Amino acid sequence: MHDSPEAREAAAPALPRPISMLAELTHRCPLGCPYCSNPLVLDGRDSELDTETWTRVFDEAAALGVLHVHLSGGEPGARRDLVQITAAAHASGLYTNLITSAVGINAARLDELADAGLDHVQISIQDSEPASADHIANYRGAFARKKDLAAAVVRLKIPLTVNVVVHRANVERMVAMVDLAIALGASRVEIAHVQYYGWALRNRAVLMPTAEQTAFAVKTVEELRQRHHGKIVIDAVTPDYYARFPKPCVGGWGQRSLNVTPIGRVLPCHAAETIPDLEFWSVRDRSLADIWTISPSFNAFRGTDWMKEPCRSCARREVDFGGCRCQALAITGDARDADPVCHLSPLHDRVVALAAARNDAPYAYRVFERSG
Amino acid sequence: MSDATPVVPLDARPRLPRGVRLVHNEAHGGWVLLAPERLFKADAIAAEILKRCTGDATVGSVVDDLAGTYSAPRERILADVSALLQGLADKKLLELVVE
Repeated sequence: MHDSPEAREAAAPALPRPISMLAELTHRCPLGCPYCSNPLVLDGRDSELDTETWTRVFDEAAALGVLHVHLSGGEPGARRDLVQITAAAHASGLYTNLITSAVGINAARLDELADAGLDHVQISIQDSEPASADHIANYRGAFARKKDLAAAVVRLKIPLTVNVVVHRANVERMVAMVDLAIALGASRVEIAHVQYYGWALRNRAVLMPTAEQTAFAVKTVEELRQRHHGKIVIDAVTPDYYARFPKPCVGGWGQRSLNVTPIGRVLPCHAAETIPDLEFWSVRDRSLADIWTISPSFNAFRGTDWMKEPCRSCARREVDFGGCRCQALAITGDARDADPVCHLSPLHDRVVALAAARNDAPYAYRVFERSG
Repeated sequence: MSDATPVVPLDARPRLPRGVRLVHNEAHGGWVLLAPERLFKADAIAAEILKRCTGDATVGSVVDDLAGTYSAPRERILADVSALLQGLADKKLLELVVE
């Protein structure tokens, strides 16, 4: 794909380069986690991009300035060409992060991935207790498979991150989950409080922790950081329904990262398709450089000109960029509103009410829902 | 955190482990250190230190090499090298191999 003249002209020094790309290789996944951020309507296997297209996309991404690629999905291990894809990303000069449930990748395949140049593996764990973990994932035996793959990663001396999605069912085992990450040989653990998009939004009432549980979690992470300094790095994503200020979602719309879906649409963030009237371009039709610089969706909320009050004149507008567009849409109905997580939003009381609207319904597990 | 600059053992051999890479990137105009979910812009000095962290040279010899190459006071270089290497080691991004 060649860059258009408009893109070359539009690529003024002020336009930042992306540094990170989320490559959703497939929406297929054997697990059914109720907090999955994938959309409710998932892309079928037949429309997935092929190896050759991903190879081109990786080259274009590297030329654009992307440094990190996250090979993800769904479950990337579901792709039979995962090793070729990884090799292509490596050959492009990208740093390769494999984001996996471990179900779908055995030790033999990991050896091949290592030889292909894989830099880093992130394995999700759903809980420190195997029965609970398998229940949350809706896959019996998932926990054991994760332990096995973690051991194989460590044997190969590939750095390992354990990602723990935290919600009401497991938050009280925070200490045990970090201990498990250490026991598995991880050099990093991500404490990822659930963000409410996709399937997580559908299951919000049953996933939402109490205010007390959230305060406990935040306090405990700080204590664990002191205790484990030098042993493991603990990264934590804030539970923003209980925050005062919103998160700088994706580092700002169209500033630092981009997401390529299994069928090749390029999104500024994984939930952007929920926003009406946005025009998304595909790598099947356009170069990544064109998409980043001149596609309508990437420019829709880039910078601060689009902001309404109170964001427009707020001192934090270039700190958190008004929070999350998709979250504003989901809660206020208008993607241009301040993310109502912000206590300065006139609609903040809706977030308070939603955080209190908890129940104990059964999980709506992630499944393929075919449209039509 | 105390005010004293930590001094890494002079006989330790610093090495970037697998999954931590120092790369020169045209689009970003310089050296970057890539690690799991991290990227650090490495200024010219940091890049010169990290290029020498191959697992063969000791901290002492890295400092000597830099002091000679840049005609800078050895104590200053030792302080800079210690701070950089200890900071990375704390984040599991550097190995300090001591026999």
